[in-house]
Amino acid sequence: MRKLSRLSRFNIASLALGLAFLYLPILILVIYSFNASRLVTVWGGWSLRWYHEFFGDRAMIEAAWMSLRVAASSATIATLLGTLAAVALSRGERFRGRTLFSGMLYAPLVMPEVITGLSLLLLFVALNAERGFWTVTIAHTTLTMCFVAVVVQSRLGSLDRSLEEAAMDLGCNPVRAFVAVTLPLIAPAIVAGWMLAFTLSLDDLVIASFTTGPGSATLPIRIYSEVRLGVKPEINAICTLVIALIAVVIVIASLASKLSSSQGESAAPL
Amino acid sequence: MTDELPRTDVTADTVGAGALPAAGEPLLRIEGVAKTFGTFRAVNGVSLDIMAGEFFALLGPSGCGKTTLLRMLAGFEAPDEGRILLGGKDIAQALPHERPINMMFQNYALFPHLTVRDNIAFGLKRARLARADIATRVAEMVALVKLEGLEKRKPDQLSGGQRQRVALARALARRPQLLLLDEPLAALDKKLRESTQGELMELQRRLGMTFIIVTHDQEEAMTMASRIGVMRDGKLAQVASPRELYEAPRSRWIAEFVGDINLFDGESKLRDGHRLVIGTRDAGALVVDEPREPVGAGKFAVAIRPEKVKLSRRGPVSEAGHETAINRLDGVIADICYLGGTTTYKVKLDAGGTVQASVANSARLDVNAYSVNQHVVAWFTPDDCVVLPS
Repeated sequence: MRKLSRLSRFNIASLALGLAFLYLPILILVIYSFNASRLVTVWGGWSLRWYHEFFGDRAMIEAAWMSLRVAASSATIATLLGTLAAVALSRGERFRGRTLFSGMLYAPLVMPEVITGLSLLLLFVALNAERGFWTVTIAHTTLTMCFVAVVVQSRLGSLDRSLEEAAMDLGCNPVRAFVAVTLPLIAPAIVAGWMLAFTLSLDDLVIASFTTGPGSATLPIRIYSEVRLGVKPEINAICTLVIALIAVVIVIASLASKLSSSQGESAAPL
Repeated sequence: MTDELPRTDVTADTVGAGALPAAGEPLLRIEGVAKTFGTFRAVNGVSLDIMAGEFFALLGPSGCGKTTLLRMLAGFEAPDEGRILLGGKDIAQALPHERPINMMFQNYALFPHLTVRDNIAFGLKRARLARADIATRVAEMVALVKLEGLEKRKPDQLSGGQRQRVALARALARRPQLLLLDEPLAALDKKLRESTQGELMELQRRLGMTFIIVTHDQEEAMTMASRIGVMRDGKLAQVASPRELYEAPRSRWIAEFVGDINLFDGESKLRDGHRLVIGTRDAGALVVDEPREPVGAGKFAVAIRPEKVKLSRRGPVSEAGHETAINRLDGVIADICYLGGTTTYKVKLDAGGTVQASVANSARLDVNAYSVNQHVVAWFTPDDCVVLPS
């Protein structure tokens, strides 16, 4: 990045075009969220009207609160399980079926969400589980756990094994060595994994719509059902808030991962 | 450097310390230890006694099993066979944290998230020492390795030499009965390595501690260790003092591994008192001293170190009676390699082989230096030769 001044005109043009392609729609959405007009496509001057409208919309607020709760709990469970899986894969003895285990762990990364959602729905129906907060949380945990595992495992892989050995040599049993040395060193990756899981859960529509029940719609489901009746400018306001939240989370996650790389050999892939 | 460390509490507060061995008993006894990885026998029946206060070096090429042996002493690998006795107690299956042994890792393995002070204090905290005692001991260690003023730095803010010192201080802080050093100087540059060698020796002598060092650098092993164990293919090929290893190697492989050497294959022809005449293919008949263990007839190699081969223009001026006893080889200089302190001449012998002679450059201006294609006589005495089984 330090060589930015040496970029040619062509580089600058292609960079600008690419960024515009990615971010112009979002920028327009943000601008139109401050639109005073009732029509989405007609500019009627600046206003915070639709933000007021959103905060007065009980159903929408409830959906947002539901989404945040699901995202926080599923991210926490996924981080716990994903970290344990990463530790088992990179630190454990070469147990039987290790390759199969890691393959199965990473399958949700490439599995179409429709299939994950449908199969979970079938499972919940078969178990006769009441669909709502917990079913969505469990479903999102299965979706995001593999992402946490990937992030943490790559950090563990770049850690020098002799650090743990040195801790044991200096009087730690294996568990204490992990807690005293390995855990602090992979903590930034764990934090980054949590944030990743949080954002993934927050914007998931497909799996949530399969696994949720009546009266417990998440924000994306709620937005989607509103949009089907025509886009209200209020949606723009909600989306702007979601974008802001996700941007903050992503920035923190990348800062955490940067911190982790400055402390150790290499960064978590974020 | 600081004053002598108080040595009275060595065993009292060292975690898991066994009784010190009785006088004359080895501190560490390795008995028939073996370790197999898959089908590869990394360590194959090694037996060795290490006395308290010794500076012992395990020397060998990479893959010879020296690091595996060291890791078994530290407890990171469990031997498949054999016993490891420390002060008479078998520790072969004990976990690393249960042994009064500490190790200095090749890459130092400093904890990157802890300061120098916390790195050194790490093992002391696990030993449940009082806070004040930890502070005193850390200060002692910092002074010992001359790191004053750097206590609050993190490892990535230190130079290679400073990191090496932190690693040493951290390993010494628990006052282990035995300190293991895995290639401790491999990451340092040559000058720093030489000065650190001296400091390590001084430290070992002053603390009266037992050090086992693993190295592939024979010069390092020779400089520092009082005894060297040469390993090859998972076995100890020879255990000897540096001098004995160099001057009386037990096998052809050791002779070639340690230092440079000229080797001439041949068969013993006749015995002349305590001398032996060996007919060689490349250098004609050579007169050698009878080895300490008498040898019968058969195939042998005559080994002579390059610095023991002398060169002259006409041959040695020797006393008439001993003339026959001196090995004289005519040849021409084929190659000259100037190394600063010494010059190595490769002499192509008229008999067919080549011999290397290493000559000290004892004068700045050497008007008598040899030049390529010059006729010379390479000569050496029978007692400078070593007879090795072929």
